[in-house]
Amino acid sequence: MGDQMTTPAERKRLNYLNADYGVKSWLLATDHKRIALLYLLSITVFFFLGGLMAVGIRLELATPAGDLVQPDTYNRLFTMHGILMIFFFLIPSIPAVFGNFLIPLMIGAKDLAFPKINLASWYVYSIGGLFTLWSLIQGGVDTGWTFYTPFSTTYSNTYVIATALGIFIVGFSSIMTGLNFIVTIHRMRAPGLTWFRLPLFIWAHYATSLIQILGTPVLAITILLVGAERLFHIGIFDPAYGGDPVLFQHLFWFYSHPAVYIMILPSMGVISEIIAAFARKRIFGYKVVAFASVTIAVLGFLVWGHHMFVSSQSPFTGVVFSFLSMLVAIPSAVKVFNWTATLFEGSVSLDTPMLYALGFIGLFTIGGLTGIMLANLGIDIHVHDTYFVVAHFHYVMVGGAIMGYLGGLHYWWPKITGRLYPVFWSKLAALVVFVGFNLTFFPQFLLGYLGMPRRYYSYPEDFQVLNVMSSAGATVLGVGYLIPMIYLVWSMRYGKRAGANPWGAVGLEWETPSPPPTFNFDETPTVDHEAYEYTSPTETRVA
Amino acid sequence: MNLWPKRFPLFPETASRLAQDVDQLYFFALLVTAVFSLLIAALIFYFIIRFRRRSEDEVGQPERAGLWLEITWSVIPLVILLFMFGWGSKVFFDIRKPPRGAIEYYVTGKQWMWKFQHPEGPREINELHVPLGQDIKLIMTSEDVIHSFYVPALRAKMDVLPGRYTTFWFNAEKAGAYRLFCAEYCGAEHSYMRGSIIVMEPDDYEEWLATRGQTTAAAKTGADLFSAQTCDTCHRSDSAAQAPILHGLFGKEEQLADGSLVLVDENYLRESILNPAAKVVAGYNALMPTYQGRLSEEDLVGLILYIKSLGGPDSADASASNQATTQASSDREE
Ligand SMILES: [Cu+2]
Ligand SMILES: [Cu+2]
Repeated sequence: MGDQMTTPAERKRLNYLNADYGVKSWLLATDHKRIALLYLLSITVFFFLGGLMAVGIRLELATPAGDLVQPDTYNRLFTMHGILMIFFFLIPSIPAVFGNFLIPLMIGAKDLAFPKINLASWYVYSIGGLFTLWSLIQGGVDTGWTFYTPFSTTYSNTYVIATALGIFIVGFSSIMTGLNFIVTIHRMRAPGLTWFRLPLFIWAHYATSLIQILGTPVLAITILLVGAERLFHIGIFDPAYGGDPVLFQHLFWFYSHPAVYIMILPSMGVISEIIAAFARKRIFGYKVVAFASVTIAVLGFLVWGHHMFVSSQSPFTGVVFSFLSMLVAIPSAVKVFNWTATLFEGSVSLDTPMLYALGFIGLFTIGGLTGIMLANLGIDIHVHDTYFVVAHFHYVMVGGAIMGYLGGLHYWWPKITGRLYPVFWSKLAALVVFVGFNLTFFPQFLLGYLGMPRRYYSYPEDFQVLNVMSSAGATVLGVGYLIPMIYLVWSMRYGKRAGANPWGAVGLEWETPSPPPTFNFDETPTVDHEAYEYTSPTETRVA
Repeated sequence: MNLWPKRFPLFPETASRLAQDVDQLYFFALLVTAVFSLLIAALIFYFIIRFRRRSEDEVGQPERAGLWLEITWSVIPLVILLFMFGWGSKVFFDIRKPPRGAIEYYVTGKQWMWKFQHPEGPREINELHVPLGQDIKLIMTSEDVIHSFYVPALRAKMDVLPGRYTTFWFNAEKAGAYRLFCAEYCGAEHSYMRGSIIVMEPDDYEEWLATRGQTTAAAKTGADLFSAQTCDTCHRSDSAAQAPILHGLFGKEEQLADGSLVLVDENYLRESILNPAAKVVAGYNALMPTYQGRLSEEDLVGLILYIKSLGGPDSADASASNQATTQASSDREE
């Protein structure tokens, strides 16, 4: 596709990658695109570390007896798996990599509003990561990523404070990124690019940024209180010192439920971009989808109590939270319907990013619908804290967020690197990921309804068949994640040149060369049309 | 070791009528899930084939106005959700609200075992024998971290917290041994904090109780402790009393020094023993020393059972006051 579009002149031109060389030019980069790549590299490291922990977990669970590792080791494995994947991979993933790279490109800006804060956010992220890795090397933590009190404050003998400090620090990078995005989206849109002409990716990131700057401080305070309670027994959470352990759960989930939307909303933004590009059609109900993102972000702050239906919270409080949690399903369902409707009378092509997007819709639908079951008081009282919950949130976070991430990676890879990757291998990998994912996590729904509690290191024998299926699926999924690693790295040197717009997509990011020049556009673009306006074949739209 | 189990059920066994209620609700939710997932999948497959790209420069048709569609696919799911919400809340209240006159057992969780106290006196560890067809109410607390009392065959669980009592009730319909799991992560041996609920025919249960030999009723143990700790120096019924009279106290509303009312339930008694200065009844001075750290959870249970054995404000309707207590205590625990 793209090769013939590249002229020799384009091949020689300066871009953000070859504008400067050397370690210093990267470590002191203020170009949002370079910082995005720094993030890409760092989160990939954490993703594979977290994945390694998952390998340990699934190996141990292949047999009912606790035989491979010690219980203490197992507890550290699932704790670190959760912490690394959530705080160091999923939360930064799409915003810090694609948001960073694309928001200025999509709105026709030269960079983010605060390039130095952007670089600082990566350093803050790295320092937080090093703290956490240090505590991991020292022996890790065994509290679960949820740090429930009084276990975390009084009973655990592991590196709770060091890890908590790592999470505390990394939170600030999240706040910095969110702040940067909000200011950029408000102040730096190209002439003519009104709010309702913005790509839905931007709307999703705007909603995400709101949660990041409003929610993260609450997590920071909660973590500080856990540290203070551990060191000085100040009596906030531990009843032995006059505290209330459920208070911790309120504070923790006040951030950590909205955090789920920090993980899924950007992914939804990616899916909107991909569906529009590969159906060559404006997203059905553009405004509805845009407002759905904001609605999810706002409602997300009002549902934290659904984690505490059986925590001794009053049944009446439970009813209120159950109701509000079910409401979140409406904007989510509306998005799914709108994406599906976009395909109607589209010009649909099943390139690799589209395979991930369609996979996302399927898996997110199942994740969302099982979420409705968990929000339902009568079902949750049985499946709460079982593998049903584990399966549900992996459908949302892996089936949803990571499928979206991989879709985005394949969609914008030609823009980021200027190269195409092999079609066959990329489609194969998408298929392997989809099959491996379902094989891993579907049996866990059955296990959960059977009653297998989460965080069990050893389990009754009659749960084994389903656990073996899950472990086998995890192997397939692992292979599915390794294949893209190989061909993407390969493509950076040997891939075909992509050209500015290999997919024939509409959007400002496709109107500048691949890879883009340091300041993105030779002259500031002017926008005189709606988002995703596919009216005539690949018409050039720069005014 | 046998590497492949002989039995691998895909659905859990059922021990109570309420468990069947949960299953029915779940089946309905499954149906909704299946219908919506299949609908979306079918539409996607149809659209990607029917509207596949036929030439390189083809683009999609412009969108047709779709406000009525947006409204339809918001309202229909909303109606289904509201229905499921109502149904689920009903099932939840049925499971959470113990009926009047249930037999009360006390449960203490600790890293990593379950301890049970029968009203008749026997104590058990990790096994609880109960009679069939009876309303059984468990009053639960933890000695250390949070645990969760989970019996899959009853489709119910409740967290067990340090520093307060929570309740769990059931009425088993089928004799048998049912799995008990700890469902809240509680440290190294969390996955070994398992036990069983053994449901027996009433006759068998009586027989089982008899084999436990001579045990003292739990309330009597509490009464002995009450005098051993010299509580009766102040809590007495004559004119020398310097503390509230305990006869007929349980289930009563007491007025505090600041004028507010408090319902005397298990959680209030517990607090008043461990931290007496917190809610002092009007007309008394805060003279009582704290018993924090001086009594075990079992001691506390004994004392509370003893105080309960002294009757409520309206002893003829003791079970009713019990009922009120449970509800009030769960309302209060925020
Ligand atoms: Cu949540
Ligand atoms: Cu446990």
